[in-house]
Amino acid sequence: MDTPVNNDLITRSGITLERVISSEKIRDAVKGIKRIKRSHRQIKAESIFRRTLTIVGLSMVVLVFGIMLTLIVQSFPSLKALGVGYLWGQTWDPVRDIYGALPFLMGTLLTSFTALIISIPFSFAVAIFLGEYYPKGWLANFLKNTVELIAAVPSVIYGFWGLAVLVPIVRSLEVSIGVPSIGYGIFTSSLILAVMVIPYAASLGRSMIQMVPSNLKEAAYSLGATRWEVIRSVILPYTRSGLFAGILLSLGRALGETMAVTMVIGNTPLMPKNLFSTGNTMASVIANELGEADKAVYNSALIELGLVLFLVTVVINMIGKKVIGRFTNE
Amino acid sequence: MGNKVKYRIGKSAGFQVLTVVLAFACVIPLIAILIYIIRAGITKINWNFITNVEKPVGEIGGGIAHALLGSVLVIFFASVMAIPVGILCGIFLSENKKSRLAYWSRLSVDILQGVPSIVIGIVAYIWLVKPFGYSAISGSIALAIMMLPIIIRSTEETLKMLPDTLREAGFALGMPFHRVVLKIIVPCGISGILSGVMLSVARIAGETAPLLFTAFGYQFLSANMAKPMETLPHLIFKYAITPYKDWQDLAWGASCVLLVWVLLLNILTKLITRKWKVQL
Repeated sequence: MDTPVNNDLITRSGITLERVISSEKIRDAVKGIKRIKRSHRQIKAESIFRRTLTIVGLSMVVLVFGIMLTLIVQSFPSLKALGVGYLWGQTWDPVRDIYGALPFLMGTLLTSFTALIISIPFSFAVAIFLGEYYPKGWLANFLKNTVELIAAVPSVIYGFWGLAVLVPIVRSLEVSIGVPSIGYGIFTSSLILAVMVIPYAASLGRSMIQMVPSNLKEAAYSLGATRWEVIRSVILPYTRSGLFAGILLSLGRALGETMAVTMVIGNTPLMPKNLFSTGNTMASVIANELGEADKAVYNSALIELGLVLFLVTVVINMIGKKVIGRFTNE
Repeated sequence: MGNKVKYRIGKSAGFQVLTVVLAFACVIPLIAILIYIIRAGITKINWNFITNVEKPVGEIGGGIAHALLGSVLVIFFASVMAIPVGILCGIFLSENKKSRLAYWSRLSVDILQGVPSIVIGIVAYIWLVKPFGYSAISGSIALAIMMLPIIIRSTEETLKMLPDTLREAGFALGMPFHRVVLKIIVPCGISGILSGVMLSVARIAGETAPLLFTAFGYQFLSANMAKPMETLPHLIFKYAITPYKDWQDLAWGASCVLLVWVLLLNILTKLITRKWKVQL
């Protein structure tokens, strides 16, 4: 009770302790004021904190809109000068001011879809292996971690390795089947891309397959189905949409992949004639030429390619997320 | 009848073998790359390699010190920008599950996660390089944008899994909202947040595409963030596509360093998540 009430609030108001009749009352009052002050401060801090959170949340929306808006605005010069026909033009010759993006669109589509076709059996095998055959144990752990590490290796290292190892292999393959043997080209890029996109479809497929209710599988087993029959007629139909979403995510990765492709595709702005010819993709033409594109239309044409890439990957990812969301809600 | 059953069992076993073979075939390229890069790179690493900067073609004793310093600086500044914003945004999303802003914010983060790195590079180029010229800080900003979705997602997922009773206990003691979040929620989920941060650093450490026209590359040792700067992945790209053997050797050494760095970060993250039983 005899704690000194040396609060400056009291001394400031001119009241000295001696004059106080009942020190207890004042002490209570001071405590009350202190508490009010503190809760005032905390309410203030709380509202500042909440506001900060909201601002940060809002800033994500602003960031994405900003990215889209910037790309659209910066594409205007090329949209105005070249029109929509830009995407169908077959010649790309910045020196003579002719811009046509079809070779790059074709290059991107060819490499991505070839890569997808090559990688699907492997990523599905991993998904089924980890989801159904061996979900636990050190072997499963080993495979799961290794496949995840595939996604961790930087793409420039894939590119360098492809340049040193894959290009000579593909070249000798081309010699043996009798096509012009360059080694660089669509096929080599697709091989590298196929390796790089395996983890995306595999890990999504695995978690989807693990979610198949076991009573469905047991019902099939009790009817005398073999393991393969259970996989084919219970697991795969049940997880169809999830597997599809995994493929979409892989496709999104493949479309936007830049460095590895740039290093092995050959970088020729011509329409690819077949799988083994050299070419160029949208991402790699941007990587190669944006830094030195001095003419306004040239620069803007490259940015327009970036806009196309952005929109395509956004749509693909949105569809993929929708499918996953619907699957997990069921 | 017996034959048919045998055929079905055989088919099932055959498919199982095929699955196992295909699944383990995925491991081969990774192992091949690891062994090749490490064997080609490890012999190139010596004292000169670590401490010297670029030398002209033909002169021996060139090194990658400038790229090492540049990579560390660019990643450091990217982390300084991305980590606080990312964690705060993750808290926002986990605390406001239903609000309309949270829906749009979450959608934006999803979109950002799928945007190809080259597009982020273009945007950083338009925003910062066109008005101010090439600079290391523009590279940091591009990388920070790439880090954000990973940090946000892992923070949100970790905090969402904490039981509501924790939060309610804090409120029952009369703690204000910000103290509940900062003193109870975040410390409880710190392992998940931390592994998200490390994963994001591992992801951007090897990124080249956004640096091509932002940090650009530079042949001398430099710590000036307002000027161009060399980074490890960009140096690998630059040297790998030259025809000169000396420079390609440097690129192999640099690849080895980068690969070991990135893989160590990944494995460390794995160990953390396993130790603290975090789901990402």
